Amino acid sequence: MTVNWYLIVSAMIFTIGAAGVMIRRNPLVILLCLELMLNAGNLALIGFSRMWGTGAGEIFAIVVMVIAACEVAIGLGIIVALYRRRLPVDVDELRELHG
Amino acid sequence: MTFLFFFIFAGFALAGAVGVVVLRNPFYCVLSLIMHLFALALLFLLLEAQFVAVAQIVVYAGAVMVLYVFVVAYVGGGDKPDQLWSAGPRQKAVAIGFAALIFVELAIALLGTALSALGTEGAKLSATYGTPAEIGQLLLTDYLLAFELASMLLLVAAIGAVALAGRRGGIAEDEGNLSPRHGVVHTPSPAATGSMAEGVSGYGVTTPLPDPQFEGRELQQPARAAAEDDR
Repeated sequence: MTVNWYLIVSAMIFTIGAAGVMIRRNPLVILLCLELMLNAGNLALIGFSRMWGTGAGEIFAIVVMVIAACEVAIGLGIIVALYRRRLPVDVDELRELHG
Repeated sequence: MTFLFFFIFAGFALAGAVGVVVLRNPFYCVLSLIMHLFALALLFLLLEAQFVAVAQIVVYAGAVMVLYVFVVAYVGGGDKPDQLWSAGPRQKAVAIGFAALIFVELAIALLGTALSALGTEGAKLSATYGTPAEIGQLLLTDYLLAFELASMLLLVAAIGAVALAGRRGGIAEDEGNLSPRHGVVHTPSPAATGSMAEGVSGYGVTTPLPDPQFEGRELQQPARAAAEDDR
């Protein structure tokens, strides 16, 4: 399999994730779609790493995983805080940042 | 053989991704994402990145997804199933149009690239490519700064998550109360009977001063009615 194929799959996954972020209204699912986009980036990074035969792309992929974990911790914290305050868990209703 | 495996794994990965966007129940979305992550880890294995594949399964499909499952179970989110998806036909069409544009753009970038190595299987690999030993050596030599910054980022995120999800200023007004729908009979007690709320906020601050004529009659009637119902 040439590296091109992996990059095409990565582009497809990224596109699906981007569409999900724009379509869905539940912030939980939006976070899941963000994960999809980050994973698409990871797949492309690993593909490029394989293309060059060096480990740099894999290090980048691991750093992306760390960033995804941070994003999940903060995002889920915000969702739990929303739920605690009896706010609607729906991004269309959450237009104001004011507590 | 690689060809066959690639298409099977890529198919599962794409199906999982579509499932995340299309399924209505957030819990099924999480399960679909877990399938997607497993398929992606297998694709990483096809690319000979063993360590990242294992990290993907352990960190992502293990730890991060457990966090998601807990929050989905806590928040629920299955209450308005048809509204979770219905962004309105117009917004959906615009979103899919934009997504198609992104895909076309990425495809142009891929096809128009001058990297001729993309059409090959990749460079010849050393024996240690993708092993934990190689990753660890790179992390602690060439990419030490990125490693340290990532650990700082994790620390900041952990503190931020605790600050966001923790209770500030005690329990919210109606959160700590046991209400009748939780199965405990809520009997109103007359004012100034030494409840904990009065002890905390001071007598007469949150509760009105007792009215000697009313006291003990009006407020105890619901309790008596409930007792009669039981009988």
